[in-house]
Amino acid sequence: MFFVGIDIGSTASKVAVRGQKELEFVLPTGWNSKETAFQIKKNLFDVYGIDVTNNDVITISTGYGRVSVPYADKTVTEITCHAKGVQVMHNLKSCTIIDVGGQDTKIISIKDGNVDDFTMNDKCSAGTGKFLEIMCNRLGLTIDELFTFANKGKVLQISSMCTVFAESEIIGLMGDGNKREDIAAGVVDSVATKVKQLATRHGLRNNVILTGGLSINPIFIKILSEHLGQPIIAHEKGRFAGAIGAAVIAQK
Amino acid sequence: MIKLPDNFETFDEKRKKGFIALMEEKEKGKKVVGTFCSYTPIELILAAGAVSVSLCGNSEQGIPEAEAILPKTLCPLIKSSFGLAISDKCPYFYFSDMILAETTCDGKKKMYELLNEIKPVHVMHLPQGQNGPLSIEAWKEQIKQTAKYLGDFFNTEITEENLHNAIVERNRIRKAILKAYEVTKLVPSPVSGYELSSIIEATDFHFTDDDIVEYLETKTNQLLSNYKPLDPNKKLRPRLMLTGCPHTGVRDKIIKKVEDLGADIVVLDSCAGPRTQRILVDETKDPYEALAEKYLKINCSVMTPNDGRFEDLKAVIEEYKVDGVIEMVLFACHTFAIEAHKTKKFISEELGLPYIRIDTDFSSSDSAQIQTRLEAFLEMIS
Repeated sequence: MFFVGIDIGSTASKVAVRGQKELEFVLPTGWNSKETAFQIKKNLFDVYGIDVTNNDVITISTGYGRVSVPYADKTVTEITCHAKGVQVMHNLKSCTIIDVGGQDTKIISIKDGNVDDFTMNDKCSAGTGKFLEIMCNRLGLTIDELFTFANKGKVLQISSMCTVFAESEIIGLMGDGNKREDIAAGVVDSVATKVKQLATRHGLRNNVILTGGLSINPIFIKILSEHLGQPIIAHEKGRFAGAIGAAVIAQK
Repeated sequence: MIKLPDNFETFDEKRKKGFIALMEEKEKGKKVVGTFCSYTPIELILAAGAVSVSLCGNSEQGIPEAEAILPKTLCPLIKSSFGLAISDKCPYFYFSDMILAETTCDGKKKMYELLNEIKPVHVMHLPQGQNGPLSIEAWKEQIKQTAKYLGDFFNTEITEENLHNAIVERNRIRKAILKAYEVTKLVPSPVSGYELSSIIEATDFHFTDDDIVEYLETKTNQLLSNYKPLDPNKKLRPRLMLTGCPHTGVRDKIIKKVEDLGADIVVLDSCAGPRTQRILVDETKDPYEALAEKYLKINCSVMTPNDGRFEDLKAVIEEYKVDGVIEMVLFACHTFAIEAHKTKKFISEELGLPYIRIDTDFSSSDSAQIQTRLEAFLEMIS
């Protein structure tokens, strides 16, 4: 049997397989999640020989594009999937998950193996991956470069919480001849501050786990844990937490 | 001369129906008073021989017109009410002879000043707390002055006798509304929250007390006869309460959505919901004293403190066997947004129930995000 978890996020689509084979891969979501779902089906077959239409394959889809996967046997939200994935990956029964996603940042509390409570950002994009992406474009940096620059810079306060206004604010800072390192440090600090606000509103337990694309970024982990005043646990496969969770749920 | 607005032909069927129904009442010589809030002592309007209509303000319509004058960052309910009023799209506002309003939140009370430029608006000064010194006396005095104002405006006199009659009539309607709400106390509930809210909203199309009571009683009996015990092979759908800001503008976005996902909204806990309807006006007291007491008991986040809301929440949650609470906060509703911090604590820590807060407006731009939150909330409960 193969158990396939597909997490179609707003930016990246993550796939995890459990059962006879254990593997993960990621591809960009692009503009059409139906097409992405088709591409995933093709990859699974061409590269790994897994045919999602076979009876011995159970597929669960999650993430914003979860309804765009026509061959999924079931859809489950990314909140439940992240919770399941983190528990399996970290072998923890109680913890708090921080997931910085492309358009949503979520804080999820897990108690005795179940989701106990969760909080998500309102529809504004401050404190999400989208905010970083837009600022990177403006600064002419990749996400990795942004963090390398930020690590060398001195935080320049970016006070606008609205992404559009923050972009104007950065243009102003650039116009004043500030160093790119300092602006980059300001951008990262702004995201960490916003995530901290959300986490404080929600209430943090011990064992804080970071998931999402930034969970393999040591600089972000360092900065965020300084803001939160507590250590952050990350996993090298942290961005696959939702997909792994979906695959594990499919197994049951 | 009673006539329809110039842009009548551009309206949808439901809106046209509302206009025609109200025009017929006006042609019969009825006087109409528009109201915005549960704090309005409707009995005064009835005693003045007029009908009260609650003014729209629950859709995206009117918001673009409103934003030409009001700030964008104002709550959608105020923007929608104002926009529909100034663009002649709200039949109730259009046919109102005057508006009876009160100082509830800052946004509303300043908006009334602008409305007053197009229609007479009488603003009652509501105390900011229920237990402050002289709160009840001041409110009673406001009610007396309003009775005088309405009497002068409609060229009539509000006597203690017709006020008493209005109190008795209004209590009768309250009891009928409460009975309809109480249908959802049955487990499983024989009616969805969406349908029940449509039924109660439709009382707006009935203009005499007998009509309203008869309509509600018929509907309630129908709903009660729909009751079937839970099929033992089936799982009971989670029973939820929707609390927070007035929810008529998010009926499709939240109530319908969460019920489509497999839950039942069994308590519509807003200022027009069961917790307000069950406070009757004392028919044995001095009518002004009795009205002042009843209306000041309404628990709204504009009051400070608003401790009564938490007592109400606890009681209603127990009576209706609620499994989880959704709190809806409209953007820029500062009083509910701030109070939500206490509500969450109360629901999750003191009552030990799952709680989710949804911040939204009347647009559909966040429906995918809301869907994910509601779905995850239900996965968490079950």
